[in-house]
Amino acid sequence: MINYLGGMWQAAKNWSPAILTALALILIWEFVVWFLDIQRWLLPPPTIIFQELIDSIGLLSRHAGITLLEIIMGFAVSLMIGVALASGIVWSRTMERSIYPIIIASQTIPIFTLAPLLIIWVGTDIFSKVIVVVLFTFFPLVVSLVTGLRSVDSESVDMFRTLGATNAQIFRKLMIPTALPNFFAGMKVAAVVSVIGAVIGEWVGASAGLGWLMKLSGPQFQTARVFAAIVVLSVVAITLFSLVVAIEKWSLRKYPSILNQAKNLGES
Amino acid sequence: MSTVHKDALLTVSGVGFDYEGIPVLDNVDLSVNRGEFVALVGPSGCGKSTLLNLISGLLSPGKGTISANGISDSSGRLGNVSYMQQRDLLLPWRTIAENCQLGMELRSISADVSKARVQELAKSFGLFDVLNHMPWQLSGGMRQRAALMRTILLENDVLLLDEPFGALDAITRTALQKWLLSVLVRNDKAVLLVTHDVEEAILLADRVMIMASEPGRIIAEVDVRLSESSIESSFTSPAFVELRKGILALLERQEVSL
Repeated sequence: MINYLGGMWQAAKNWSPAILTALALILIWEFVVWFLDIQRWLLPPPTIIFQELIDSIGLLSRHAGITLLEIIMGFAVSLMIGVALASGIVWSRTMERSIYPIIIASQTIPIFTLAPLLIIWVGTDIFSKVIVVVLFTFFPLVVSLVTGLRSVDSESVDMFRTLGATNAQIFRKLMIPTALPNFFAGMKVAAVVSVIGAVIGEWVGASAGLGWLMKLSGPQFQTARVFAAIVVLSVVAITLFSLVVAIEKWSLRKYPSILNQAKNLGES
Repeated sequence: MSTVHKDALLTVSGVGFDYEGIPVLDNVDLSVNRGEFVALVGPSGCGKSTLLNLISGLLSPGKGTISANGISDSSGRLGNVSYMQQRDLLLPWRTIAENCQLGMELRSISADVSKARVQELAKSFGLFDVLNHMPWQLSGGMRQRAALMRTILLENDVLLLDEPFGALDAITRTALQKWLLSVLVRNDKAVLLVTHDVEEAILLADRVMIMASEPGRIIAEVDVRLSESSIESSFTSPAFVELRKGILALLERQEVSL
């Protein structure tokens, strides 16, 4: 219990500068809008945005649910493609030489410009958005997994072989555990960009979702609603990120932390 | 040169190995009997570790044959020869017990059985109290012992040790050498130890094979069986000093620096 409270206190100490800065900025924003008498359709003050958030919570959460569904579906597909591609690249020289350069080159294409094509080919339903999310998220996943799987040292592989391990056992019990820290680094990036991907997909062609709601509300000068949607999107992104961090903490609970490794180096 | 014994568990005959066109090993013959401890000494880079990689089955010889416990097919020896490499290679995400269970886990032996065997052996390895610790929490000497335990738990008759104490400080090394002797006493294994430490070779082994480099080959064989009393006072006994002098002279004759 004392530990728990200590942890909370530490967390509060770590986060308080960021929270205080954000609160200060919001206060300045509020003050400037009232003081300069800025039109509400141009820049609504935080209090009005908060009011909108409460008034339209039903509408916002309905569209947030659709955006979240696109993100989760896209993320799941991306994870499957990413694991398959990374394993193939690490496993076979041919795949590495034929596919890896194309994957890297593909990232120079602005994905935003692909979205209209996807709408033409796939239509305006949820799948075009899922594909945009996949295009945004599979790259950090593949790159982090390839880096992680390659960080296995050959001596450990030899050790497994002398213990009589099969290739599948080496992959499962040595390569995957070695790649996990890198993999989670990629997962964190993917979690954040997945939100951007979904919104871009909705922006180009959709009939629902937070991106669509923002695109619709802007020209109607419902600026407060646009801001409220942004707030909800941030909450979605932060929640996804925190979820990945929580899974990472649990999965890597037995791994030596940076602190432990430093202590270890000091000893030997 | 060594003679091929009828009861040899490990036989290496006429083995040669090239790496990218450069001969690493040339015409190596050696054999280790059941219950025998043989040490290989030689300068760095003379191909000692390559020889162990060949015996373990990690590499296939270009020339000659290797037979360990009756298995002469290289890939067939993988998993059937216990091989402890220089570094402990303990998996950082596993406890000491889980690391030691690895070999049995790969053979699909049930977790209960392997856990019981680890606990049984941990007492004589002085690791019983740290079985649930993570590798980073252990000292270098303890980690080497854990690596040896993981290797020995494979229960193969042929045991290869590649400079197991090379990375340790002198005090820990001496303590572990004496401990290893006590663990392996009256064992029924064939042990082949690679080291560049002549004293370690004399202390631990029954026979010492001396290697020269470029290409790696065996140039002499010395019987170093010491009586029980001289093991006790090992480093200062006249017999020990004589043996060390003799082996060092053989190594120096090859104009190699140790």
